[in-house]
Amino acid sequence: MTDAPKYGFDTLQIHAGARPDPATGARQTPIYQTTAYVFRDADHAAALFNLQEVGYIYSRLTNPTVSALQERVAALEGGIGAVGCSSGHAAQLMALFPLMMPGANVVVSTRLYGGTVTQFSHTIKRFGWSARFVDFDDPAAIVAAADENTKAVFCESIANPGGYVTDIPAAAKAAGEIGVPLIVDNTSATPYLCRPFEQGAHVIVHSTTKYLSGNGTSMGGMVVDSGTFDWSASDKFPSLSQPEPAYHGLKFHETFGPMAYVFHGIAIGLRDLGMTMAPMNAFQTLLGIETLSLRMQRHVENAVKLAAWLEADPRVDYVTYAGLPSSPYADRAKALYPKGAGALFTFAVKGGYAACTKLVDAVEVFSHVANLGDTRSLIIHSASTTHRQLTEDQQVAAGAGPNVVRLSIGIEDINDLIADLDQALAKATA
Amino acid sequence: MKYGPPTDNDLRDIFRETKTVACVGVSTNPVRPSYFVARYLNLRGFRVIGINPNYQGEVLFGEPILARLADIPADINIDMVDIFRRSDQAGAVVDEALALLPNLRTVWMQIGVIDHEAAARALAAGKRVIMDRCPKIEYQRLFGELRMGGFNTGLISSKL
Repeated sequence: MTDAPKYGFDTLQIHAGARPDPATGARQTPIYQTTAYVFRDADHAAALFNLQEVGYIYSRLTNPTVSALQERVAALEGGIGAVGCSSGHAAQLMALFPLMMPGANVVVSTRLYGGTVTQFSHTIKRFGWSARFVDFDDPAAIVAAADENTKAVFCESIANPGGYVTDIPAAAKAAGEIGVPLIVDNTSATPYLCRPFEQGAHVIVHSTTKYLSGNGTSMGGMVVDSGTFDWSASDKFPSLSQPEPAYHGLKFHETFGPMAYVFHGIAIGLRDLGMTMAPMNAFQTLLGIETLSLRMQRHVENAVKLAAWLEADPRVDYVTYAGLPSSPYADRAKALYPKGAGALFTFAVKGGYAACTKLVDAVEVFSHVANLGDTRSLIIHSASTTHRQLTEDQQVAAGAGPNVVRLSIGIEDINDLIADLDQALAKATA
Repeated sequence: MKYGPPTDNDLRDIFRETKTVACVGVSTNPVRPSYFVARYLNLRGFRVIGINPNYQGEVLFGEPILARLADIPADINIDMVDIFRRSDQAGAVVDEALALLPNLRTVWMQIGVIDHEAAARALAAGKRVIMDRCPKIEYQRLFGELRMGGFNTGLISSKL
């Protein structure tokens, strides 16, 4: 939309969305802890409610601190705009909501975070939606799984827990054949390591709770739109292409053009689902993002060293990290994730389930928590925790079999991380 | 002369220079995009003259809607035409505007309205030309409003 200079990633992560505060000159983005905003006059209020002007009405919809974060993430992803949500899980529902209706389905990768598998295989059925799980290494299977009620294709860029790297261009091509958008969860890769829009994706979702906030303080989610999908090319997306009764018959795509999906996210999604990001959490996340590239470089550097060390250890069966030369996905990782394959992977401990649970009890530097993307190194036995609701077949398909432990590698001194796993493996396999 | 996309400074200049806009193809239906844009420009202080034979004589933002550009009284100086017509009909509107509007500075064709030959004719006549854009979106982007909705304005600044 602009001819302004194309700023580098490291500049955008600090400045995008965050001019000095117009009211006070405050250089850091203030926390606007307010629920409502005064209208200039009755005409202004009416124009805002009719979507004829953009502005602040009520913090369930828009808030200056959250807006700054939305613009920053949209800028880092190269999207047209973004909608903040209360969590990554909320963002997934918000991303699907404009597209879906009772009877509609979404074709999704089998390699997903366990909570997402559960959300997609059980909870969304209560809306009359369903998900069809497919191995995304077989793009023909994505197309084959779709039918006339398919509304989207969904995958994670770097999949939790196994660190599997998705072939986004192939998934985008399949979505194109179906005539639906590709939604990519870019949480584990971040826009620093993976550029989904440049590889053909149409919508990106984030759990900002992870690397974007970075310090393990704040829940949040984000839906980012590329603005490139033509919602009126078919009759598949009536919420965007057909008259909206709640706005006197306005057609979102006709009226807002490439901004239709984001407007819908605010004006219908946040208005009626109410899964709003808190201003305090947006503030913490803005602070975190300022150092995103620096942290990701160290996360990746540590992950590469630790994965190589584990792979060479006789107490370890295998390591799934796509950043290892031995990975079946090494070539794909190099081509599509050139700055690194993330810092999230699993490894199989000789001794299976019992050794894995002993290992997570024996660590002293790694924290045994259900989270990822923290500055701290984290460890979890997925099969007994984050992926517990899955069947064993689903666990294995997701890369969370009973014999593997998942690591989220932090930015501590690598020697301390290696020493910690060394002593814990000794106890686990004794 | 060949059309090239405007710079942000070009757009700022246009909004600064423009006082009166003829919206060709305007609708009086409040949920149609042409009404949205015309109403927005009017809210921002531009005088808007609606052009549409189907609504001739109806009053829009205090001004009677006219059937065609030729009906604009000589005492109204139109600085800009904003064209809401199919691409294949835009050229005729551009030619009419060039012939009839002596003070015209800017020919603006909305998102999806693309006619490079008409754009070249307007450029050759010394006019500013914007094509496949929306003045409402660009105004909102450049002057801080889209930022409030979380849109990527492409602008960063350390100034107040």
